[in-house]
Amino acid sequence: MFKRVAIVGVGTTGFRPTTPEVSYRELTHEAAVRAYLEAGVGPEDIDGFVATSEDFLEGYSISDEYCNDQLGAVLKPISTVPGDFIQSLAQGVMMIRSGVCRIVAVQCMSKASNMMTIPQMVGFALDPIYNRPLGEHPDFIAGMEMNRYMFETGATEEQCAAVVVKNKRNALWNPLAGHGVNLTLEEVLGSEPVSYPLKRLDVAPTSDGAVVMVLASEDIAISLTDRPVWIRGIGWCSDTPTLESRSWGAAEYTRLAAEMAYRQAGIRSPRSEIDFVELSDEYSYKELQHLEALKLCRPGEAGYLTESGATELDGELPVNVSGGCLGVGHLFEANGGQKVLEVVLQLRGEKGRAQIDDVRTGLAHSWRGVPTTTGAVAILSNE
Amino acid sequence: MGLRRVAIVGAGITKFVRRAQETPKELAYEAVRMALDSCEMKLKDIDCVVLGTAPDAFDGVHMNGEYLIDGAGGYRKPFMRHYVGGGTGVFSPIHGWYHVASGMFDTCLVVAEEKMSTCHPHPAGAFLTIFDHTTEQPLYPTLIWIFALEMHRYMHTYGITKEEIAQVSVKNKRNALDHPSAQIAEEITVEDVLNSEVMAWPVNRLDISPTSDGAAAIVLAAEHVANRITDKPVWIDGIGYSLDTAYWCTRDLSYPDYVEKAARMAYDMAGIKEPSKEIHVAEPYDPFSYKELHHMEGLLLCGKGEAPQLLVDGVTQRDGNLPICPSGGALGVGNPIAATGLMKIIEIFLQLREEAGKRQVPGKPTCGLAQAWGDLMQVGTVVVMRR
Repeated sequence: MFKRVAIVGVGTTGFRPTTPEVSYRELTHEAAVRAYLEAGVGPEDIDGFVATSEDFLEGYSISDEYCNDQLGAVLKPISTVPGDFIQSLAQGVMMIRSGVCRIVAVQCMSKASNMMTIPQMVGFALDPIYNRPLGEHPDFIAGMEMNRYMFETGATEEQCAAVVVKNKRNALWNPLAGHGVNLTLEEVLGSEPVSYPLKRLDVAPTSDGAVVMVLASEDIAISLTDRPVWIRGIGWCSDTPTLESRSWGAAEYTRLAAEMAYRQAGIRSPRSEIDFVELSDEYSYKELQHLEALKLCRPGEAGYLTESGATELDGELPVNVSGGCLGVGHLFEANGGQKVLEVVLQLRGEKGRAQIDDVRTGLAHSWRGVPTTTGAVAILSNE
Repeated sequence: MGLRRVAIVGAGITKFVRRAQETPKELAYEAVRMALDSCEMKLKDIDCVVLGTAPDAFDGVHMNGEYLIDGAGGYRKPFMRHYVGGGTGVFSPIHGWYHVASGMFDTCLVVAEEKMSTCHPHPAGAFLTIFDHTTEQPLYPTLIWIFALEMHRYMHTYGITKEEIAQVSVKNKRNALDHPSAQIAEEITVEDVLNSEVMAWPVNRLDISPTSDGAAAIVLAAEHVANRITDKPVWIDGIGYSLDTAYWCTRDLSYPDYVEKAARMAYDMAGIKEPSKEIHVAEPYDPFSYKELHHMEGLLLCGKGEAPQLLVDGVTQRDGNLPICPSGGALGVGNPIAATGLMKIIEIFLQLREEAGKRQVPGKPTCGLAQAWGDLMQVGTVVVMRR
């Protein structure tokens, strides 16, 4: 049998729209110090590190060069994953399960306030021959997808707006979140159109922040903490990057990633076995689309669940109690870090007013944003 | 030690050229096709894909890993990218090894692709953006400058001459004459190297590998699967990697500590006590001529400052006692950054299977090593393989 892996310490800076007083290296350092302190380890105890970094987002080429100093990882094995934090988490799990490492630190960071031309930069992710010459704005691609999703499932703009209202209100109870606000449905529906049917408030604003987590194999985890959070399943998958041939209505990448994670965790009936979910909502409709792809409800059902209040903090299936990307802020490759962090804090019962009662198993999900079709899913449990 | 043994069962490599007509996706596709065909496997037999490609600025695509997914065979599969600049080519198989050794997957396709010609007029412009934005970029450093610093320090510390170092270029470019992917294989002399244009003293033009386009791919399999696929699996017995501080100005450049750390990690895993005796053939990274010698020392294949003597004595020739870069290396075959490291892994794979044709080293080697290096003279990545 392969080793079980637990999260034994988490650290974060919190997430704010701008952080002019610190550099990106200082953000990571702050999160790392907190995580190491909580886990009761020093960098010298850590066998391997995983950093999450994407060149254009950091403003460097070969940005992994600048990942290790602030983690205390100099002259140590460090793996840089240009992907989402949950993919990095999977890398950390594999390093422990293969027997090479016993304790691993996993990092992610967003310094979105340093990025001056985000739409143009995302444009460089489009196929240079077929798509880039068209100068598509990322919100235009999301608008097309939202339209197709609504057409295929019958979801409405009101249902999408209900997601925005819920998540931004949830963020008010999350001291780590940077974009909490109490809105009405009318305010969301009446906000400025971005790319039909997408409106300004359907789009998550950006935030800065870093998350570092310490993972350990079972024997070590039990000696380090009396409240380990176990990684029971982790999956990731990519659909095609080609705009022309992908599935626009359904998030196939999320379905495949979830199937992989469910298989590892032995989950057959996700709706009854998962207590709460933190999923990717860079755009409001993405919460509904991903909820369906995660098999937590049938296609077309997610909007009704949201309208009925089932996905609220006190509902049957709480979704994005942290505030999600809409309320916390879009963190690029650190989105998954924020999601996993929230699930860990909930499972440890540390969320205060925003604590969900009696939780045992939570799901964290992330998507890498327009124009990608890459998603990752982690299933965590406190028992 | 890992619970499962992992083998390389197939490999493919495109031609390395100055300016490929193919798109990056097509280059990746070609290498994947060759790797799968070499072991008679189909994409449906592959459980996951690991991709290596160095800076996005080369291909000019943001999230280049995402862009390459369909070319690299990652469509609707778990797909993950890893990179450490120039060390990526050996870094990716290390992470492919993790995918299989962890028990998460039985088979893994490792793909490395680089298209440097997209940068006009030269990738040196992209390389400027690898430096620190505050302390270094304002000086407009180039890669050749910093390697000139390192080469000079290495020569000064151990009293090494340019004539000795030039022999690396002569050897590797000659070795590459037998490599079907080679870009700049030729028969040259030490005088040719010394008389070529000085780029930044002591680095001459022929001391430097070219910029290239190319891709390479290998197929990894867990033990129980590997034995069904081939009767000549090559086992990955040791992996090691280590990243030094980004503040390279504070380091002693005469010796690559990070390569030694990486090598020791790999040797410990493979149970190697005396590398110079137990390693039969090695492919250290040679983007600059002096780097081959520098890395031999870091890999503990000889003492500090002793590598040039081994070279002069012919020990590192293909028919010598310790053949180094029998493929022709980055200096001869070409240097499409990420793909170069994987090319070196593939060379050792072929040498251990005794399928290297005219490049085959004598004596039925059973243990080999590939190493790559990159970032700001900062990272060492090492894989030890056995037949």
